[in-house]
Amino acid sequence: MSDLGGPLPMAWVPPGVEVNNPEHWPLARGVVRHVGEAVAVVVGEDRYAVSDAVEDVVVEYDPLPAIVDPEAAIAAGVGGDLVHEQFGTNKVHEWSLPGGDVEAGFSEADVIVERRVVNHRIAGAPIECRGVLADYRAGSLTLYTSTQVPHFVRLFMALLLGLGEDHVRVVAPEVGGGFGQKLQVYGEELFACWASRKLGHPVKWIETRSENMSVAHQGRDQISHVRMGAKRDGTITAFHVKILADFGAYNMILTPLIPSLGAFVMGGCYKIPNVQTDITGVFTNKCPTDAIRGAGRPEATQMIEVTVDQLAHELGMDPLEIRRKNFIPKEDFPAATATGVIYDSGDYHKTLDKLMEHVDVAAFRAEQAQLRERGIYRGIGFCTWTEICGLAPSRITGPAGVGVQAGLWESAMVRVHNTGAVTVYTGTSPHGQGLETAMAQITADKLGVDPAVVEVIHGDTSMGPEGRNTYGSRSLATGGEAVAKATDKVVAKVKAIVAAELEAAPEDIEVSGGKFSVRGSPDKGMALADVAGVAYIGAVPEGMEPGLEETTFYDPENFVFPFGAHACVVDVDPETGKVNVVRYVAVDDCGNPVNPMLIEGQIHGGVVFGIGQALYERVYYDENGQLTTGTFVNYAIPTAAEMPSLETDRTVTPSPVNSLGAKGVGEAGTIAASAAVTNAVIDAVRPLGVDYMNMPLSPMRIWEAINQGQGASPEGGSRS
Amino acid sequence: MIPAAFDYTAPASLQDAITALVDGGEDAKLIAGGHSLIPLMKLRLAAPSLLVDLRKVPGLHGVERQNGHWRVGALTTHTTLQTSELGVVSTVAGTIADMQVRNRGTIGGSLAHGDAASDLPAAMLITEAEVTLQGPDGQRSVSAADLFKGYMTTDVGEHEVLTEIRIPSLDGWGYGHQKFNRRSEDWAMVGVCAVVKASGGVCEDVRVGLTHMGSVPLRATATEEALRGQELSPENIATAAEQAAEGTHPPTDLNASVEYKQHLVRVLTRRAIADAVGAG
Repeated sequence: MSDLGGPLPMAWVPPGVEVNNPEHWPLARGVVRHVGEAVAVVVGEDRYAVSDAVEDVVVEYDPLPAIVDPEAAIAAGVGGDLVHEQFGTNKVHEWSLPGGDVEAGFSEADVIVERRVVNHRIAGAPIECRGVLADYRAGSLTLYTSTQVPHFVRLFMALLLGLGEDHVRVVAPEVGGGFGQKLQVYGEELFACWASRKLGHPVKWIETRSENMSVAHQGRDQISHVRMGAKRDGTITAFHVKILADFGAYNMILTPLIPSLGAFVMGGCYKIPNVQTDITGVFTNKCPTDAIRGAGRPEATQMIEVTVDQLAHELGMDPLEIRRKNFIPKEDFPAATATGVIYDSGDYHKTLDKLMEHVDVAAFRAEQAQLRERGIYRGIGFCTWTEICGLAPSRITGPAGVGVQAGLWESAMVRVHNTGAVTVYTGTSPHGQGLETAMAQITADKLGVDPAVVEVIHGDTSMGPEGRNTYGSRSLATGGEAVAKATDKVVAKVKAIVAAELEAAPEDIEVSGGKFSVRGSPDKGMALADVAGVAYIGAVPEGMEPGLEETTFYDPENFVFPFGAHACVVDVDPETGKVNVVRYVAVDDCGNPVNPMLIEGQIHGGVVFGIGQALYERVYYDENGQLTTGTFVNYAIPTAAEMPSLETDRTVTPSPVNSLGAKGVGEAGTIAASAAVTNAVIDAVRPLGVDYMNMPLSPMRIWEAINQGQGASPEGGSRS
Repeated sequence: MIPAAFDYTAPASLQDAITALVDGGEDAKLIAGGHSLIPLMKLRLAAPSLLVDLRKVPGLHGVERQNGHWRVGALTTHTTLQTSELGVVSTVAGTIADMQVRNRGTIGGSLAHGDAASDLPAAMLITEAEVTLQGPDGQRSVSAADLFKGYMTTDVGEHEVLTEIRIPSLDGWGYGHQKFNRRSEDWAMVGVCAVVKASGGVCEDVRVGLTHMGSVPLRATATEEALRGQELSPENIATAAEQAAEGTHPPTDLNASVEYKQHLVRVLTRRAIADAVGAG
């Protein structure tokens, strides 16, 4: 298998930072470093026979020490238990983002709260596992793969297999969910291509759930020591976070970058003059981690929002009052944070005001007191948050900036056909979000046609321009804006043609009622089909090229920063520790909405994802490195029965970054929800002596915390 | 998730099914609803060489009242149990997994499988039900108390078919059921079912069944003894329930330690008996 190709890529090379990056071969060479790591490939003509043949593969393993606990792993040096001997350490890298002077900030503080915040490991768990079909023939490879990133997969398949990119076509068909797990280049994709080339046959691989749970990359898994200082009046003076991030056994495509994405927004929606994030990555004998919905920002939000609540309690302040006191005021936008990140737009009081229209806190507190007398422990938790998304600006994210080895622009091509039908090609790769609808709306609005006549093509590298795929809540803010810009170019040409036909100036042409006409004379106009007829069949104006098709490569000036205010109400059974989510209210601001129903869908799914992590889901390896949560029986994704009917509302603060005024929304709910749930549970059980708890807030852990109650919390202390 | 190869037969009579089991040797297995066996086969934790499907065997379905008990056919689905008037058995059946599982899974399959986390076995213990087993050498009856032998092990012989269950109707008894799980469709972390016969506010008789508190379903005998003959006051119920974990050795997992399960079983026993008293 020497021609199999590899090692698998890691595409983050941060300038000035040393990253220990072991070769990651698609088949283990000599040492297996985590449960599920592939050791053999079996190819056959019938799925049943292949399953039988897999049973016949016998591997003899010499046991090695299992390195499972990241804190023990980072303490090990030369001579200790190491995942990769050659580095003499389990450390992957260290990376810091300082802003201001945190020690000076703490010296100004009257109160400092410290906590150990654990953000446990979770799975992406898309309902559709991965699936691959490779077909190599006549020197060309076609690869169908359930991925978010067909363009990246094409590049790496070409590089790893030694093929020209022009001889590799990657198709991401309708994909049944990704959640970041399919932002990856996987060994299984490579196996299928290699085997197809070797055998001259199409080769298919369909993943089982158990394989997905043990091999597809996982997320989170950070232990953080956080310190937040404030003056007696609640003004936050400093926030310092030290993250130990468990990367598992290898760096995958962006593994060590993920915690840094949280560092960029570690001040949250607060005006904190001194903020610092110090990250240490560590290898363990577990499946690698990488981007999972939110990727670094849910972890950051958990640290910020839970700690702000702890601080409020320490100060005897209302948790909403301390938030309002520290919000970045709307006059400050675009607002430079302590770390130099520029937030594009925001109005945090407005979203919180809107939330208060739905949640009567005074009435809740009265009800809470009454219920406690009856032995019902109800709590409310809030999360006011912002995040960084719309992953692009190449000048910031690229090799000279953050160090991602790719330009993260986005492309679009808009083709008006002879008949006036429209095809839009996007370089993003929608996989269930409904972006095809939103993009069709953008183009249809500008061209004065029904969205039904606009077809959006995506996820096929043989069609349309090179693209940069879907992740990081980027597809509307980058891909949608690219569609808008390409459509604008088409509109400009349409107006020039119409102006010539109607003997008017192009600047006087407007679109209304499905027609392009001269302003003030709506009766005389041309439908898009008429204009296309001229462009392809008739005579275009002197000096103009025929045809009606335009392409854009769009690279924004900045990220976009959605924000919101969420509230969660829970009941905790004080005898069993079981949590029931009674109410969840989400007020979000993702800029100008293109399709409100799609936004609702993203918020619903995102919130459930975050509630799932807080209360139910946990990837767990035992002390022998054995994965004990390899199926949906023990990896507990919440079902509809566990969820309340979610209440959503919205404020609109347009982004100045793009012409749509749009921000991302795919990760928003997830970024907000786990902190709101955690704060609600702590609020519920405070009278039982519990000041602080880490996720996962499973019944047994809550029961244990209540048992330990009435004293200092086991997870952290505080001093005044 | 592909099982090893196996043969399949669906005989049209009970006798043919037994013959198929005998002829099939030790790797022949009966299949009813398939909701326990098929997942095990797909994970290759079970690899029977022959499946003998009971679906065409007549007379194994349905619930009927006979004198002081209910006769329940082994292939009766959980949904049918749930929608019948079997008191605690109907209530327990309604909490099994999800509707798809309840529509396929059968009482006979569940009892013969003998999973300690299954809900129905404990209900059989407290109703003091009996099962009928039909084998090559004839028919025999086994009480629920003698049916469950160990982890996934029952008294059903290699060549026997569990054909019916006789459940005393317990008219006039109150009943309660408390199932604790993280998600509503999960197996029970701990389950407690209770039936109480009360007379003038005094506990004439009580039976408490525990699910997933050992390798087999259990009766909380210490609790039963403590409450029998006592006034059914909240205090007496609570005191009796404190003994529900006595002698239990529950299996544990990431989300449930021995201590937690023993705590839960005390809480749930108190609640289940209180429900039973309220419903009686």
